[in-house]
Order: sequence, then structure tokens, then C-alpha cells
Amino acid sequence: MWIYQKKLQYPVRVSKCDPRVARYLVEQYGGADGELSAALRYLNQRYSIPDKVIGLLTDIGTEEFAHLEMIATMIYKLTKDATPRQLEEAGLGPNYVIHDNGLFYNNSSGVPWTAAYIQAKGDPLADLYEDIAAEEKARATYQWIIDMTDDVDLQDSLKFLREREIVHAMRFKEAVEMIKADRDTKKVF
Amino acid sequence: MSKQLGENYYRKLLELQQLEFALVELTLYLDTHPNDLQALQQFNQLAQQRQQCATQFEMEYGPLMQFGHSFSKYPWQWVETPWPWQV
Repeated sequence: MWIYQKKLQYPVRVSKCDPRVARYLVEQYGGADGELSAALRYLNQRYSIPDKVIGLLTDIGTEEFAHLEMIATMIYKLTKDATPRQLEEAGLGPNYVIHDNGLFYNNSSGVPWTAAYIQAKGDPLADLYEDIAAEEKARATYQWIIDMTDDVDLQDSLKFLREREIVHAMRFKEAVEMIKADRDTKKVF
Repeated sequence: MSKQLGENYYRKLLELQQLEFALVELTLYLDTHPNDLQALQQFNQLAQQRQQCATQFEMEYGPLMQFGHSFSKYPWQWVETPWPWQV
């Protein structure tokens, strides 16, 4: 089971109301390579992965939910004081009409999240390579969003998330090597 | 928000976040390096420190976890603000 902690993994501060950047951040909330996709991808792949890497998928999948909460916090803080007019100017007019200030799992273009974003091949190497690719894509997206804002407080939290993608990709690469080594051992005996 | 949060709140919270960050890192590292004794010792040492830090934080600012993993004063503190996105 999961236990929630009433705190963020890393502080999230923003220096101004900025619905324009909030709209881009939604990509990491309900987009293809976003945190929701990441959490659900890893936690679902656990059941068919070799025992040796179940712990890693469980822990990274769990950390992704902490990142999802950080992204939600950023979007919340960047939009909570925005007028409908400001939201409209940021391209969030349709979002306001449908959800008011509510967050929703869609991408930055408003396309709702779909399970088609994630894969479970059952083959451990295929799954882990997908996970590595997902982390690298998320890292790139964080960089593009950092480039789109001059808010240094927001950039600080985004840089933390960008670095986490790098660490996760590294751990998944190690998991690939563990599975390969295991497979090679079995061939010898 | 019902409670005014002082500088002390943010300092204590950051201290906890720093300890837990090190623990998250060590956890993921140990998941792929289970035989690294030095990392394991560091993990257990920091886990103990985190426990002390979390207990202190909870005494002052209320429970961090639910379902019996944290204690509550009266009245039931879990439902009190602030929630993480409100600070």
C-alpha cells in the first residue's frame, strides 16, 4: 500500500502569476512523457519484471508521484491569482471554460491523458529501454520549459526535476545491465 | 490559511526535505547496488536522523503521514491546513 506524506519532495516557489508557463507545465502533468505517465508506467511494469529490479521500479514509480505533486503545485501557484482574461491570453481559455481553476490530466495542447502513452511489453529489456527513453524525453522537456521562463524560483524547482530524470535514467541503465548479467549467467550453467 | 507559518517552519521543513532527498538517492542507488555496505550504513544512519527530525517537526506542525504512521493531538490534526501546495 502507499502512504502519503504531507509535504513536497522539494520546495516549489514562484515569483509571479504566470499562466503562460503554467500551460507549458501541464505537459509534464498529463502529457506523454509527464509525471503521471511515468508513475503509472513503472508501477504497472513491476508485476512482470524480474525480481531483481522490482524494488527499483517501485521506488522510482513512487518518486514520480512526488514529482506530479510538485508540478501540480507549480501550476496551482502560477494560475491561482489569474483572471479569466489572463488565462485566455495564455491560451488557457478553453481550459477555464471546462475546468475553471481545476487541474486536469491533459497535455499542453489540451489533449486528455491516454494509456496509449505508456507501454508494458512484458519483456524486461524492452520495458526498461522504454523507461530510459521516457526519462530522457522528460529531461529534454524540462530543459525546454526552463528555457521558456525567466522566473528563477520556478527554474530552481524545474532544475531539480530535470536532474531527477538523469538519475532515474542512470538507474534504469544499471537495471538493464543487471538483467543482462543474469541472463548471461544462466546461459553458462 | 488558518495558521501563520514562521521562518522556523520553512527551516525545519527544508531540513527534513534535505534528509529525505539523501535517503531517496541512497534508496535508488541501493536498489541497483545492494552489496555496497558503506552506502547501506549511510542509509541506516540517515534513516535514524530522519525519524528524529520528522518527530520534532510533527510535534510542532502536525502529522506528516496518515493511517497510523503519525500521531495526532486533539482535535484530529490531519485535516488542518496547510497542504503542501499551500506553503
